[in-house]
Amino acid sequence: MIAGDEDILNLKQTCFRQGKFALTANFEVSKGARIAIIGPSGGGKSTLLHGISGFLKPTTGQVLWEGEPMSDHPGERPLSILFQDHNLFPHLCVADNIAVGINPNMRLSEEQILLAKNALDQVGLSEKAADFPRDLSGGQRGRVGLARILLRKRPLILLDEPFSALGPALKDEMLELLSQILDLTEASALMVTHDTNDAIRFGDQAILVAEGLAHEPQEIQSLFSNPPPALKEYIGDRA
Amino acid sequence: MLRGVLPGAFVLIFLLCLTSFTVALAVGGGPKGTTIELAIYQAFRFEFNLGKAASLATIQFGLCGIVALLAFLVPLPKVGDIGLDRLAHQFGARKHRRLDIIWISGAAGFLILPLSAILFRGLGGILSLPGQVFSASITSLLIALISTGVCIFLALGLSLSIAYSRLNTQKIVEGISVLGLSTSPLVVGTGLFLMIFPFVNPASLAIPVTAFVNAMMAMPFALRVLIPAVRDIYNEYLHLRLSLNMGRGIWLMRIVFPRLRRPVGFSAGLVAALSMGDFGVIALFASPDLQTLPLILYRLMGSYQMDQAAAVSVVLVAQSLFLFWIFDRGGRGHTES
Repeated sequence: MIAGDEDILNLKQTCFRQGKFALTANFEVSKGARIAIIGPSGGGKSTLLHGISGFLKPTTGQVLWEGEPMSDHPGERPLSILFQDHNLFPHLCVADNIAVGINPNMRLSEEQILLAKNALDQVGLSEKAADFPRDLSGGQRGRVGLARILLRKRPLILLDEPFSALGPALKDEMLELLSQILDLTEASALMVTHDTNDAIRFGDQAILVAEGLAHEPQEIQSLFSNPPPALKEYIGDRA
Repeated sequence: MLRGVLPGAFVLIFLLCLTSFTVALAVGGGPKGTTIELAIYQAFRFEFNLGKAASLATIQFGLCGIVALLAFLVPLPKVGDIGLDRLAHQFGARKHRRLDIIWISGAAGFLILPLSAILFRGLGGILSLPGQVFSASITSLLIALISTGVCIFLALGLSLSIAYSRLNTQKIVEGISVLGLSTSPLVVGTGLFLMIFPFVNPASLAIPVTAFVNAMMAMPFALRVLIPAVRDIYNEYLHLRLSLNMGRGIWLMRIVFPRLRRPVGFSAGLVAALSMGDFGVIALFASPDLQTLPLILYRLMGSYQMDQAAAVSVVLVAQSLFLFWIFDRGGRGHTES
């Protein structure tokens, strides 16, 4: 599926700095797009994600959402993030870890409680609401993270290699679940990944980030069948 | 690896010895066995020459300051990561195991032998101890609890503000341990005595002053545990907090404090045990009718009542261990991980 034409996220000659490293990004993301962010380590993938999240302020340019500059506070941006780790507070039960997604006080209205229950149902963890993260498997923890994303219903989802620690079968399962959630919420998503197979399975487009430059999103199939030099070097002979 | 650590270890141990007072007081005494610390005490207690005590304290502080300055030039070893939740992994350690056991038990012997001597001699005498030991143990407990409260409160505040800043935590922790070791309780006590003396009878403030100084002295230990613990929480969960738009109050109450339970319990245990056994400031401030366990111990030894002294030691050790255990245990809560 090719995403709609309406651009929602816009980076215009935006530059982010992290120490000595600088990343320049210049691209648009259209509504409903699923974009894999690929490229060599140290190329700026995480910097890009941090910039869109709001953890990193641009030194030049702006991050625009529907044409308006986004808030400086990450929590006020219209997005949800799934990190590589530390998505769940270990001392809070599953229910609280999800509740914190819609109300940081963890005090929910009856309606919200119902919504949270539904979200847990959707990811197949309705039995686990009172469990703590340490009692869950890696896959189940990923599901809790996804349930929170589902509950938050933000129009943009950022994922920073969230399933890289899982085995192939489990990873496929999580990507499938993610895809269902994106269908349900009609959100756009950007996912950093190291795995070209994951990129193809997840995305219809890909952003190549290399040598401090985030390229325009391209259709993923054509990108891999005709890779630019930087991508060729990164993926080797596998494509 | 060892070469990087040795000079620092040397400095730490040197500072520790330079500011040690209790053992010199207990076994020494003659002019040959005198240390500056001891001289300060004598200038106070026997001559009541405050000017001399002040000059001696200045010398001691200057001496420690020089060593501490030197210490900043050499890398200090990391100590105090003890007892959190990660065990160090050993690589190929089996071969040296036997040798390690010999070395460690040799070193432990230095502690275990005197301790067992005390137990051996003192255990039988506990029941026949005079009643004042009981009230002394309550006073010691009180001092320990006050200094633990003060110390943990301040250390938590400091750790939180350090975690918020962009300062280099490693350097701060190193600096703090040197500072803490280079100021001796007796020197601080002398200073406080001089400050208070013109206004009130220092003896009437013995308990709060001792509790306060003990809190300060134990601070480096608490900070060494708490600063890294707070920093870890910030490193691991700050992005999650920000992305969830969690306010500062909720963040502290629901995330930071619950996650700090273990390190707070552990460091409170350390502080309480340290304060319980302290014999520095109290020696300067106490009037004859104020009794703490270390004071009684010293007085008993001074009059060569060794059996009773051994019994009091057993009480002191037991009480310190118990207090440490209670705090540490409380920090672990139900979760055994």
